[in-house]
Amino acid sequence: MPTQKPPQSNAQTPRQEGKWERWRQRWDRIASNRRILPVLLAAGFVLSILIPRFNLVNPYIQLILMYVGINIILCTSLNLINGYMGEFSVGHAGFMAVGAYVSAVLTTMFIPTALNPWLFPLIVVVAGLATGLVGLVVAIPSFKTRGAYLAIVTLAFNMIVKSVIENIEAIGGPRGIPGIEKLTTLPWTFFWTVLAIWVIRNFVYSNFGRGVLSIREDEIASDLMSVNTRQAKLLAFTISSFFAGIAGALFAHLLQFISPRVFDIIKSTDVLIMVYLGGIGSITGSILGATIFTVLLEVLRPLGVWRMVLMPLVLVLLMLFRPRGIMGLREFRWLIPHYQLLAAHLWRKKKEATDAPAAS
Amino acid sequence: MTYFLQQLLNAMQLGSIYALIALGYTMVYGILTMINFAHGDLFMVGAFLCFIAATFLKLPFVPTLLLSMAGVALLGVAIERVAYKPLRQAPRVSAVITALGVGLFLENFTLVFSPYPQHVPALIANRTWTIGGVSISSLQIIIILLSIALMIILDLVVRRTMVGMAMRAISWDKSIVPLMGVPLDLIISITFAIGTSLGAAAGTMYSLAFPVIDPYMGILVGWKAFISAVVGGIGNIRGAMIGGFILGGVEIMVAAFMPSTYRDFVAFGLLLILLIFRPYGILGKPRPQKV
Amino acid sequence: MPLLQAKQVTHYFGGLCAVSDFNLDLAAGELIGIIGPNGAGKTTIFNLITGVYRATRGSISMNGVELVGKTPNQITQLGIARTFQNIRLFKELSVLDNVRIANYSRLNYTPLEAMLHVGRYRSEEKRVAEKALDLLSVFRLDGWAEERAANLPYGSQRRLEIVRALATGPQLLLLDEPAAGMNPNEIMQLMDFIHWIRDQFKLTIILIEHQMRLVMGICERIKVLDFGATIAEGLPEEIRNNPKVLEAYLGEGGEE
Repeated sequence: MPTQKPPQSNAQTPRQEGKWERWRQRWDRIASNRRILPVLLAAGFVLSILIPRFNLVNPYIQLILMYVGINIILCTSLNLINGYMGEFSVGHAGFMAVGAYVSAVLTTMFIPTALNPWLFPLIVVVAGLATGLVGLVVAIPSFKTRGAYLAIVTLAFNMIVKSVIENIEAIGGPRGIPGIEKLTTLPWTFFWTVLAIWVIRNFVYSNFGRGVLSIREDEIASDLMSVNTRQAKLLAFTISSFFAGIAGALFAHLLQFISPRVFDIIKSTDVLIMVYLGGIGSITGSILGATIFTVLLEVLRPLGVWRMVLMPLVLVLLMLFRPRGIMGLREFRWLIPHYQLLAAHLWRKKKEATDAPAAS
Repeated sequence: MTYFLQQLLNAMQLGSIYALIALGYTMVYGILTMINFAHGDLFMVGAFLCFIAATFLKLPFVPTLLLSMAGVALLGVAIERVAYKPLRQAPRVSAVITALGVGLFLENFTLVFSPYPQHVPALIANRTWTIGGVSISSLQIIIILLSIALMIILDLVVRRTMVGMAMRAISWDKSIVPLMGVPLDLIISITFAIGTSLGAAAGTMYSLAFPVIDPYMGILVGWKAFISAVVGGIGNIRGAMIGGFILGGVEIMVAAFMPSTYRDFVAFGLLLILLIFRPYGILGKPRPQKV
Repeated sequence: MPLLQAKQVTHYFGGLCAVSDFNLDLAAGELIGIIGPNGAGKTTIFNLITGVYRATRGSISMNGVELVGKTPNQITQLGIARTFQNIRLFKELSVLDNVRIANYSRLNYTPLEAMLHVGRYRSEEKRVAEKALDLLSVFRLDGWAEERAANLPYGSQRRLEIVRALATGPQLLLLDEPAAGMNPNEIMQLMDFIHWIRDQFKLTIILIEHQMRLVMGICERIKVLDFGATIAEGLPEEIRNNPKVLEAYLGEGGEE
């Protein structure tokens, strides 16, 4: 067999002079220093407590920040299915609805109001778990169906959830549940957003995540390389819907009013746009996509109806020039687990160390 | 029994509209393996063109219909050239998202000029006949017959003409067929023109049957037509027709014999059950997997 | 007991009989070849063994375990690995990930441990990464570990496919036209290479090939298929002079 020389791993690209280049180098230095990340996270968490406590920014911006967080959770969780697994799920709002209703029913009907703030984290988890279970409903058809047909299954799921809720009078039917206590706070949103990103990232960079990725690349080859594709699909759908449920619970307790109409196909489309705007198969992309989408819609509010004309145009132009979205299939270094980033490097070092005495 | 027949007639009316729209989805999917999510909104544009022609130009039914079909066909071809053609080599899903964006653009652009729902004037003299207790309106007859006629013409075009043969060949293999001298871009444009003009015809008839139109009317109808196309087996033209009538039938019958709020639940539930037993739709076949 | 045993395996595609009454007794350590004109059903046999298709009739067993009805990943876990006629790497993933994915069923941590980065996650990830890199270095691909698989040159992609198959820890390796697109010089190297991996990894190998030079050069036993039926079987010399084989091949244009 012909053998080729491995490429030079740290080949120096010719550096251009100039101001931009200096900024680039600075950015590289920051990006390669992972110790900044925990500092940033701690600072973010402290800020998320201080901002509402002392009203550092106006309540409107606080609200936007919380929506950004919720949308990041939705977007990252949908990216697991649409970006990492390569399926086309169009019913994410259906999962969100389950989480929102489970949590809202718990806080408005079952749990005494006095206990609500204390039990809220637990309620959110219960909502997530319930949604995760419902995720199985979609996961099982995915064993056999793919592409447009699975898209239809998720779409039908979305419609069915909406229709079921409309037909249950005990939870308000088409009128929905009003008067939900505002329990979603900035620190909690921050906490859940970071947790969702962390858990989904960990999953993606694990054995199971690689299984999910291999399904996107070539399902048959993946199966033949010993990947239990059913297990991988089941996990991906369960985790994705778990976090969609959590986002739904946070959303319900921020909006304080939910009705089936909130969770229709248009809501699902919004999340889809965020995912593909940010970039498939990238958590950085999902964070960017959700943030840009949410913030842009607010910034363009003065334009009135025209903002809704402008947004789709932005999306179309982005797709034409960057078909994979802003960060498609690429990841910012901090979001890759440290060991995964260094695995090959550590192995080479170890090998050099064991080879050296043998050679002398 | 009369009640049932009456509902069956309604089902035929709704089903033929779904079927006409579903054809657009299935034709584009067949040729580009892409779900054209803007198609439902082209249906809406068709309805609005009908409204403009009837209200401002005071045209009668046939010119209105033709104007709406021609206008939407032009729009469809333009959309394909501008928004989808550059993405033929890109991942499929990028084109699908672009289509979603185009659809949103059409909705909201129309909304700018028509913030309130519009009322479409009646273009067809409303006469009703009663046969054995079942009442049939002139509008229903026209909708059903015209749809069926359009579908038959389409079926003949696809099966009997050179253009139709080229379409079928391209849906089979996009890389080889152009080498045989088939003008790929032209055929794709023709496919879009036909598919979207059928959607516009559906839009025109829909706006006559349900005369209050708004810019978001295409979303739900579009999704349902897409479901019809999938139920029939996406990419399959006869499948789309069958799928449209099935979905129209299920929706009307569920609403007729059960509380109407159950409609979506039962219709989509049935759809899921159908997809469990026939994962590739009624007439669809799984593409053979090469290993 | 034979390593792999196929008894009267028959498979239909619709009305078309792709494989009929295929029998095989494979002892551990053997290297056999399956040849035949295009469309003779060679790849179908691989697909039947690996569970991509379910045999219409007949039985296939590996170490006495029945394979018909099992899913491909279960069969792979029983020790059968394969490569593909046209390369099917996970193109957008790194070379290292391609190999690690082949260890899917042999990593001992639960999804929960993976998601929360606790328990065995770290040690197991370290183990699998090192194992994969060790294997890659045996095939001199370690320098490309972090490269996208699609960026490798053609020859290296073929090699990576074999590495990926070996990473599943097979006893039996199925090679589907490994010499496709190679020049005579490269084929000579490939022959040495196949012998070498067989000895190195204690493998039994079944080879599908068009290149007579390769099959005649290394296979200990050859089966010839035509229209799904086995028309000849035996040592390379016997096959070379078998009139039926000549007929089948000359009808196709003949390669040698």
